[in-house]
Amino acid sequence: MTTTSAAKTTILNLPEDELVHPGNRACAGCGLSIIYRIGLKALGRDTILVVPPSCLTVLQGLYPIAATQLPCLNVTFASTAAGATGILGAMRAKKNETTTVAAWAGDGGTSDIGLQALSGACERGENFIFICYDNEAYMNTGVQRSGTTPQGVITTTTPFSGKAQRKKDVPSIIAAHGIPYVATASAAYPLDFFDKITKAKTMKGPKYIHVHTPCPSGWGFHSRFTVKIGALAVETGLFDLYEIENQKFRLTGASEKLIGKKRKPVKEYFKTQSRFKALTDDQMADIQKEIDAKWEGYQQVA
Amino acid sequence: MHIIESGNVAAASGVKLAKVQVIAAYPITPQTPLTEKLSEFVDSGEMDAQYIPVESEHSALAVCIAASSAGTRAFTATSANGLLYMHEQLQWAAGARLPIVMCVVNRGIGAPWTVWNDHQDSISQRDTGWIQLYCCDHQQIIDTVLQAFYLAETVSVPVMVCYDGYILSHTYMPFDIPEQTDVDRFLPPFSPAYALDPKQPANLNTVTLPDVRPDVRGDVAPGYMEIRHNLHMDMRAAITVAADIDRKFEDIFGRGGNPFIEPYRCDDADFVAICLGSLSYHLRDVVDILREEGIPVGVMGLRLYRPFPNQAVRNALSSRKAVIVFEKALSYGNQGALYGDIKSALYTADNRPIVHNYILGLGGREIKTHHLEKALRESCTAPDAIGDTPVWIGLKM
Repeated sequence: MTTTSAAKTTILNLPEDELVHPGNRACAGCGLSIIYRIGLKALGRDTILVVPPSCLTVLQGLYPIAATQLPCLNVTFASTAAGATGILGAMRAKKNETTTVAAWAGDGGTSDIGLQALSGACERGENFIFICYDNEAYMNTGVQRSGTTPQGVITTTTPFSGKAQRKKDVPSIIAAHGIPYVATASAAYPLDFFDKITKAKTMKGPKYIHVHTPCPSGWGFHSRFTVKIGALAVETGLFDLYEIENQKFRLTGASEKLIGKKRKPVKEYFKTQSRFKALTDDQMADIQKEIDAKWEGYQQVA
Repeated sequence: MHIIESGNVAAASGVKLAKVQVIAAYPITPQTPLTEKLSEFVDSGEMDAQYIPVESEHSALAVCIAASSAGTRAFTATSANGLLYMHEQLQWAAGARLPIVMCVVNRGIGAPWTVWNDHQDSISQRDTGWIQLYCCDHQQIIDTVLQAFYLAETVSVPVMVCYDGYILSHTYMPFDIPEQTDVDRFLPPFSPAYALDPKQPANLNTVTLPDVRPDVRGDVAPGYMEIRHNLHMDMRAAITVAADIDRKFEDIFGRGGNPFIEPYRCDDADFVAICLGSLSYHLRDVVDILREEGIPVGVMGLRLYRPFPNQAVRNALSSRKAVIVFEKALSYGNQGALYGDIKSALYTADNRPIVHNYILGLGGREIKTHHLEKALRESCTAPDAIGDTPVWIGLKM
């Protein structure tokens, strides 16, 4: 199979069918509410969702009211990918070959407590789409550090000097399982995310999409800047949009366009959010160097 | 058809006859040969099921929870620390009202590591909202697996079928494998009230508030407490259902009659030993010895432990002089769990017998017939001399 460019969806041909009811419980400016709405459009009505505890549990509503029009199984924190496995097993037993099974978890539920089940499911080759919305901390419980919280970030469990350790590179860990499709996306580029889900739906086996998801209350910025800040993470080359399709890596969308272009300094991104206020100039300079080195590598393969 | 096989094969044969659709399991001794047998059935095409070799027991039950939520009959099996690793999922399966059946091949739990038999694993999970059935022999294992699916699906509560590791799981005994046509007559296909379906979307196990709350049409829906009360009431109803199922099973297969308690030489017994699992068969030998001495003693094996059949226990025991509870588990810092349950059931009886508690066989410590004989003789001959604290049998230091 060859690597193909995702078909481009625009705001003009995005499906009109809304699968998320308006008036859900997401915070103002929530990055998740953008990608959930667009992501469900891409998944379509013939889908069963699996969701562990996360902000999404709250967004989806409190019993007996639900904000989603898709069937959804809420499962325990560590068991998302195993839950998806069970639904797939049932679908095979019932000879249902059409329904998409999509797991949708936060960064803690994916990269920390949920990693073992996700790794097991990837190794078994389960035919699901796993979407991780990465808002870079345990937001639903009140902004505690997670494995994907970047270095230096202030959270309620790294309250003064910020997180000492680096961000865990979850897409690379998942890609190491040799699954057919790993992609990153951003809430600032929902159409790119839409196209990646659409592509994932055409493939058999585990598909993993890691979505950078700005969180106004957890990151410390005004709710009107969600898209701007998500875009800045990409424009500075800090968070990159890419696909690894059948082991082949390529940058996509806004990140692809940065090749050979001058990127914005990462400092611009850091100064938009209060969570980075403990970062020193030296630390920012070090991170800038890492980004430059990473992009040097990208230019060489491009 | 009668065959001679292990207890684990008896369980696997029951699972196959029950036409389970999704099996998920993770290896742990002494359960492993059961799931190996199931993978053999599936891989050879003898059984039309999805066998999912998961990466942990937590995920094994997660798969069953999801498969059951999606409307298929699901099975898993485990032992010891594997069961403890499922603890969160056990409660989830019960709260979600999923009729999963699981074999628990009883084994002691670490630390320190032990792979040998006792009952601490399943007893420590008694308050998870699962029905617990205990088996005494291989015939009971296969029969109970079939009954368990019927019971689980009738009351929408998951069921553990517990049997002793090694003593039953790895020993060979003759037993009857029922005919598939008879099993199909006994156990109808699983047809849940709701299964996950894109054509009828529902959001299952969502956050539920302390109070009741109207839905979008204005109809009041239950709160968390009503949902949990329903679980309790349906667990209690399972006692009657278990008796009905036992009758139906007896009609078709000719085996039954004791859905809650299996008595041996108890009709005229002033003294009754009671326990869970295969130990009750061991105690039958001891009863025979003491009967020869003229001691009016019998033994009862308790088959249904949760829900606890209080009325049946009261009826069976309240006219006795003493009840002697032998246990391979205990509630640390207090007493045997079964001992507490039996005393509680007898509290409202007109005549309250003396109740003794013996703790034995932990971590596979060998249970000697002469140890049982000595303990039971002491309880029968001088019942007042033994107090309300558990007495440990077989301690060497």
